[in-house]
Amino acid sequence: MKRNNTADENTLAAASLGSRPYFNFSSKWSTVVLLVAILSGIGVFIWWLNIPFIEDIFTSSVITLISVLGFQLYMGNSGILNWSYVGYVGIGAFASAIFSMEPSLKAMQIPIMYPFLQKLHLPFIPAVLAGALVAMIIAAVVAWPLMRLSDAVGSITQFALLIVINVLLSQWAEVTNGPRTFTLGGSRQTTIWVALGFAILVITFVYYFKESSLGMKLRTSRDDRYAARSSGINFVKVRYQGYVTSAFIGGLAGGLYSHYILSITAGSFYMSELFKLLSMVVIGGSMSVSGAFFGALIVTLAQQGLRQLELGLTRSGFEAYGMSEIVVAILMILFLILRPNGVTGGRELSLEALRNLFRPKQYTNNNGNKK
Amino acid sequence: MSANIFIEFVINVLSMGSLYALIALGLVFVYGICNLVNFAYGEFITVSAYVLYFVGTFTDLPWWLVFLIAIGSGALTGFLSELIAFRPFRGRSLDALLVTSFAVSIILQRSFQLGISPRSRAVPVPDFFNINVSLLGVVTPLRNMLLIGTTIILLIAVLILMRRTSLGIAMRGASENFVTARLMGVPANLVISIAFVISGILAGVVAIFWSARTGSVEPMMGSGPLLIGFISVVIGGMQSLVGAVVGGYVYAFIANMLSLTLPSSLLSFRDAIMFVIVIAFLVLKPEGLIRGKYQEERVG
Repeated sequence: MKRNNTADENTLAAASLGSRPYFNFSSKWSTVVLLVAILSGIGVFIWWLNIPFIEDIFTSSVITLISVLGFQLYMGNSGILNWSYVGYVGIGAFASAIFSMEPSLKAMQIPIMYPFLQKLHLPFIPAVLAGALVAMIIAAVVAWPLMRLSDAVGSITQFALLIVINVLLSQWAEVTNGPRTFTLGGSRQTTIWVALGFAILVITFVYYFKESSLGMKLRTSRDDRYAARSSGINFVKVRYQGYVTSAFIGGLAGGLYSHYILSITAGSFYMSELFKLLSMVVIGGSMSVSGAFFGALIVTLAQQGLRQLELGLTRSGFEAYGMSEIVVAILMILFLILRPNGVTGGRELSLEALRNLFRPKQYTNNNGNKK
Repeated sequence: MSANIFIEFVINVLSMGSLYALIALGLVFVYGICNLVNFAYGEFITVSAYVLYFVGTFTDLPWWLVFLIAIGSGALTGFLSELIAFRPFRGRSLDALLVTSFAVSIILQRSFQLGISPRSRAVPVPDFFNINVSLLGVVTPLRNMLLIGTTIILLIAVLILMRRTSLGIAMRGASENFVTARLMGVPANLVISIAFVISGILAGVVAIFWSARTGSVEPMMGSGPLLIGFISVVIGGMQSLVGAVVGGYVYAFIANMLSLTLPSSLLSFRDAIMFVIVIAFLVLKPEGLIRGKYQEERVG
């Protein structure tokens, strides 16, 4: 017999660790602890380095990480690619900026803005949360009928929705200053610590979501729609709940982004941003939280490195703008062909997985329940 | 609405609709056979437009040869992209295909930016394209008439290909049920390659008329036709060739109607309104105006 029964192995593993079978820290919650530890470790190291340029890159990467986690929350659990996601990031960015700006500043910057929007004023953190809430409410209003569509038609509707959101963000001058840049003014409020704090919360939440009953129902509907339905799961409803939750996290990331970069346009929340998130999820592995985490890490490192190269080349007279995206796109296609579940292969990083790396072969498929 | 405005409206709808029908046809040829919503289709058009620009500007070839070379390069792009990027994904999930075509589209766009220029270039257009002709009291450039004529010829050609030749019958079989068609001896690689080549040829024709209208080519020009193609295909029904053509004309009708009737303050939202219509259409009538083979589009 080459392979043991997985259930047997789990009991065996649990027994060998001396823990109870249903609350197994090392196989379940260690994921969150490890991911948070890695992230904070990098964060503290970069803070200790104290080079503003690197600190900036790290902060923006952490915001992207939050955005990717929200993207993975829906895509990984429901198995549906959500093309409209960056639209909600954009909505969160603009809404939180409108909430947090001083009314007098708004009147000066965008004189034609609706008066009731001009009067709004909230401190930074509540503004970001309110922005995320706006994104979530908009998702909640539009999403219900869309959750019933699947396959190509479902993808195209989500894509169409992204375009609608983009046109509204870039043309509705009374709200977003139209095609012109929306400048927040003031100083940067999303510092390295704010971003890190939110990222830790979001990692914990996304992992909790995956293990919650809603996450499990969603994954059931991903693996087999008909089996899910016959077990009494209303998959349109669970998809809807997952979609709306993911829009909230997207909005949150958008709010943090706008208070980091301080001037935004609708163009920042469109195809190239979507492509960035997609490449991270594909390279890391869309099925697991760790996949999104490591995908973000890999793509960010690759892109920053390539961008330095681009800058160097451009300075020496050869215009190399856009090269990093070509490289990432090729990398993404190679991953899709050779390793469709990404570097993590759909598995989570956990103490047990780490331990299994150093064990004799027959115990290595504990978490590899895919094949 | 006076008679002149009405005739102008009809000519606009017919000429724009012809262009959109060709765009949609190119998309649906590939979608019908391998279920791929090809995001890179817009870039096939861009490639042909760049070839038009290079060959037309830097050589003294007659215009018809330039056009043929542009169309040929569109076909070649279609063929090569299938061979290199899409073939490894045969039989894989829809999302994998979609993401790949998205990546191919990004690679091509960025290559144009990198290799040619991020700025737009003027495409030379033969003089007779812009001669104004008068039709029933309305003045319109000759290219609109040429476009309608070309579309009619191409549609007849496609019709003969699909109805009368064994290749066409094989392709129809493959789009109906790919597995069964293969069991009947239809060579899968050939049929899929041909579908991409036809898609590329149509992209080449579209590139000629699109760049004649705008007069220029730039790396991102493919996104406009791509979106139009999406909408038309969705309206017409994702599966049928007739549907795509009908969808193209319906789109032109709706777009022209909106341009005529929308107040100018709302005109910049035209695309948003179009896409809201598309979403509503997909939710209410996911099979489109012309129904193709059975598919499970709605699940609840």
